[in-house]
Amino acid sequence: MGTLLIRGGRVVDPAQGIDRVDDLLVRDGQVVSVGHGGGQPLGRADETIDAGGLIVAPGLVDMHVHLREPGREEDETIETGTRAALAGGFTSVACIPNTEPPIDTQAAVEFIHQKATRADTCNVFVVACVSRGREGKELAEIGQLVEAGAVAFSDDGAPVYDAELMRRAFEYCRMFDKPILAHEEVLELSRGGVMHEGLVSLVLGLGGMPAAAEEVLIGRDVALAEVTGGRLHAMHVSTAGGVALIREAKRKGIRVTAEACPHHFTLTDESLRGFDSNFKMSPPLRTAADVEAIIEGLVDGTIDCIATDHAPHAREKKMLELDRAPFGILGLETALGLSVTRLVHTGRLGWPRLVEALSTLPARILGINRGTLRPGAVADVTLIDPALTWTVDVSEFRSKSVNSPFHGWTLQGRAVATIVGGRVKHRLA
Amino acid sequence: MTTAVLDQQTVPAHWTHRHLLDLERLSPAEIATLLDTATLFKEATGGCRRKLAVLAGKTIVTLFFENSTRTKTSFALAARRLGADVIDFSASSSSLSKGESFIDTAKNLEAMGVDAVVVRHQTPGTPHLLAQQLSVGVINAGDGPHEHPTQGLLDIFTIKERLGDLTGATVGLVGDIAHSRTARSNLWGLVKLGAKVILCGPPTLVSDRWRELGVEVSHDLDAIVPRCDVLNLLRIQFERQNTRPFPSVREYAHLYAMTHDRLKRAKKDLLILAPGPINRGVEVTAEVADCPQSLILGQVANGLAVRMAVLWLTCGPRTGAAARSF
Repeated sequence: MGTLLIRGGRVVDPAQGIDRVDDLLVRDGQVVSVGHGGGQPLGRADETIDAGGLIVAPGLVDMHVHLREPGREEDETIETGTRAALAGGFTSVACIPNTEPPIDTQAAVEFIHQKATRADTCNVFVVACVSRGREGKELAEIGQLVEAGAVAFSDDGAPVYDAELMRRAFEYCRMFDKPILAHEEVLELSRGGVMHEGLVSLVLGLGGMPAAAEEVLIGRDVALAEVTGGRLHAMHVSTAGGVALIREAKRKGIRVTAEACPHHFTLTDESLRGFDSNFKMSPPLRTAADVEAIIEGLVDGTIDCIATDHAPHAREKKMLELDRAPFGILGLETALGLSVTRLVHTGRLGWPRLVEALSTLPARILGINRGTLRPGAVADVTLIDPALTWTVDVSEFRSKSVNSPFHGWTLQGRAVATIVGGRVKHRLA
Repeated sequence: MTTAVLDQQTVPAHWTHRHLLDLERLSPAEIATLLDTATLFKEATGGCRRKLAVLAGKTIVTLFFENSTRTKTSFALAARRLGADVIDFSASSSSLSKGESFIDTAKNLEAMGVDAVVVRHQTPGTPHLLAQQLSVGVINAGDGPHEHPTQGLLDIFTIKERLGDLTGATVGLVGDIAHSRTARSNLWGLVKLGAKVILCGPPTLVSDRWRELGVEVSHDLDAIVPRCDVLNLLRIQFERQNTRPFPSVREYAHLYAMTHDRLKRAKKDLLILAPGPINRGVEVTAEVADCPQSLILGQVANGLAVRMAVLWLTCGPRTGAAARSF
């Protein structure tokens, strides 16, 4: 494979505490070193990329992606979804198992790995079901799924509703040190809802999904994580109350991590006034106070990481009345731009914290050997132009679907090259 | 005389909307235009009985995805009184039952050359989505619990006929505010015309959050009855509720039905409206429904006048290149 020299970029690797303008040398798909290693010149490389003015980050990791395959290939496939990931700067994704059939067997995990290998795009890590068939009745064969390579467990799309089953899952997963990625929603409270319950839903006459629906189940799962010593990862936290519960749990030393989605720190329920189903997702867009709480959570580390909850739906499925259209929003190709625009250029997060939220911590939570540029690490690297201004155009998306409400938005900050295992897999034209 | 004038008149230049989707986004002046036009039509048709030809050659389609007797009939009759042709498109007998999307259905109707679509749908915002997709006028005849602008207008029209000016009048909207599109349209129209609105019902049906819009919220009907000039009694929409928001109909009626006893504590000239279909014995007792203060049937007649005004303003002839937006 030879050598690749990424010259003169601002290398940001929170895992090593590095934030400086330097060179990065890659050989045979592995990181050799950042900088001149004892003052010695790095010598000539087979390929050189001038990274002047760019951020050189460990490859971004999105730990919450719905690739839809198998079963809903009209929305997305492993190939199209991972191409979207590369275009968005992600070198690794963790795919959520609410496919048809759900990923709850070794064979299903192997199918994903095989499809990903064939696609030859970014790394795909498999999240497998907590419960058999995602039915919430009995545990899936978690030990065998771990052997097949599953990195975490989730029934996302729905919560693990039976509190005792959730307790058993925490206990059982503890022996493999795997986290449970939890969709926190009390379904009775959000039944019939299409948006956040608040003044806007009241005025529009749309069914509401109260913040309490999320907070109540986060509360339950924090208590279960505490009593079992299991690892809870709260997915797509959207409420100020949810952030507060996680902050308190962390203060007590309970093993809790959390993610937030770009749309939840960017948009509010006011967006629903146009009745556009592209603004319909679960959990729903909340209020300005919730948006601020999510950003606060990202600033103080209560919210560990940013994940997209990339949820593609074919165009005709979203072109329905609001209550019939499915929940979900694309994320892979806009997440970095939104994060840089909303969090870095506003002065809320520094680059090291953003890279930590998009790479270091999701890799650590999933226990995968990614998220750093340490010597010997797999050379997954994302080059980001922090100043590049661009306009979101869904017709240019690699994703098979177009359900993004950000079409036409102008963002600042974009991945200009995505390198997986030392190979440049995407370059912005 | 007036009839002849209307036959030649064009839609006032300051009315720029091609659609009527809700009252929330109309200005007080626009609502006044709608009501004044309704008055004009009511007079010109001798109380909505004679025909005009102001919409001759136009075709109006009623596209109802939800059952309705009174509203659909009222729109159809209003269109015919103005000389328009009316097509009724019944959702159950259409290709919708074969899985066609509502947008495709509406586009097909548009391709057939209709001038306006009067739509009722169980989902809020569906008329708004149609308005974005179609080049013809869209009139909202009720979208789920969101709005029912012509019902709101006709309630307000009826109140104005009796009270004249609405400024300072106190109007109580009582009952299932949570699920009532009529309540929302009334609320916006009344507030814009300067009335004081009180929303009244149990907290499960009347959220305290409404106060954020500057309206009064009360959970005690007895406390507000003496202060009201108008009471609008809204139907309990059992069909839209997940779980019953009160223990029993008996208890609801005990707390919130307009009874003879409560009427005795009201102002002498209190007006009572009920947009119906009413559940006698739930929102209102039979003796109150039929008492002299009750305008329940008068409302139905005024519905024609209001709907004629709406159809003419959205589909009627325009001078020059008047801006057509919404």
